[in-house]
Amino acid sequence: MAKHSKKLLRTGVQTAFTALSNGYLVGFLQGKIYTGPTKALCLPGLNCYSCPGALGSCPIGSLQAVLGSRQFSVSFYVLGFLMAVGALWGRFVCGWLCPFGLAQDLIYKIPFPKKLKSIPADRYLKALKYVMLAVFVILLPLFAVDVTGMGDPWFCKYVCPSGTLMAGLPLLAANTALRSAVGWLFAWKSAILAVILFLSLLICRPFCRYLCPLGALYGLMNKASFYRLILNKDLCIHCGKCEEACDLGIPVLTNQNSMECIRCGDCKNACPTGALHSTLDQLWAQKNRTGISGRSASSK
Amino acid sequence: MSKAFRKFKAPILLGAGILFLVIGVFRGEVLVVLQKAVIICLECVGIG
Repeated sequence: MAKHSKKLLRTGVQTAFTALSNGYLVGFLQGKIYTGPTKALCLPGLNCYSCPGALGSCPIGSLQAVLGSRQFSVSFYVLGFLMAVGALWGRFVCGWLCPFGLAQDLIYKIPFPKKLKSIPADRYLKALKYVMLAVFVILLPLFAVDVTGMGDPWFCKYVCPSGTLMAGLPLLAANTALRSAVGWLFAWKSAILAVILFLSLLICRPFCRYLCPLGALYGLMNKASFYRLILNKDLCIHCGKCEEACDLGIPVLTNQNSMECIRCGDCKNACPTGALHSTLDQLWAQKNRTGISGRSASSK
Repeated sequence: MSKAFRKFKAPILLGAGILFLVIGVFRGEVLVVLQKAVIICLECVGIG
């Protein structure tokens, strides 16, 4: 498959998954959200449960909801879900299934005079997402509680631009009652969204790199997951095309399974010798070989 | 890290994840998630 078609395939999968998981179209028209039983299930990406079309729940929102509740101080349900998805795919979810990742990717495709691989202090800014995870998603909802013992979803409330884009804007557009309640918080969250969307013009996936707590969690499992990248050193000619193709600036030759890698596959597609492949490609090739040898053995 | 652990870390992680998920379901966490998800989250929207 040509490089261009492989990129189109990823955009197609991202779009299809976003459309499927946000398929409650009536919600967009009437300014309300879906209330069916599938809302109890978490979606793998950062998909706000207050998006009018959302058929499932955001795992980061759900984690804060359980931690901030009176009954529980740990969420086995959401952590178990994230561990299972992370064990299977790692940050493949970020590259292929996250709706806010798709939004950033689409904006990054818009031509701009200068595209950057990273911004100053990139190395330190990358650590911010772990602060978001530890402080805004876990510690504050757990310990900063009101008189009734309930904690706020701090990340959703003060940071999450995905919620503003997927829930805030469509709901306010269709719901006059909500529109009349808008105040400084919405202005603050809209400003964050505007900065992220503008940065997405310049650099690839600024939110995923620096702020996303979900990406931080999945990234921790990138090296352990079933889906990993493998470099065949015998085939590698050290041309550097993989690192050139990586918009996230990952040193592919030395660290194919970096915590920052969103598994977009651009490095794999750029490799002229096929030295880079995934565990899934390996499995596929093995299956094909077994199939061919099985067929030839049975025809003898 | 032992060789055996390195080889089996993905299945171990997956198994632990599924076990946690089941424990969470039996503890009733699903209801908390559902209750939060079926009403408009004013914090997420940016109203507070």
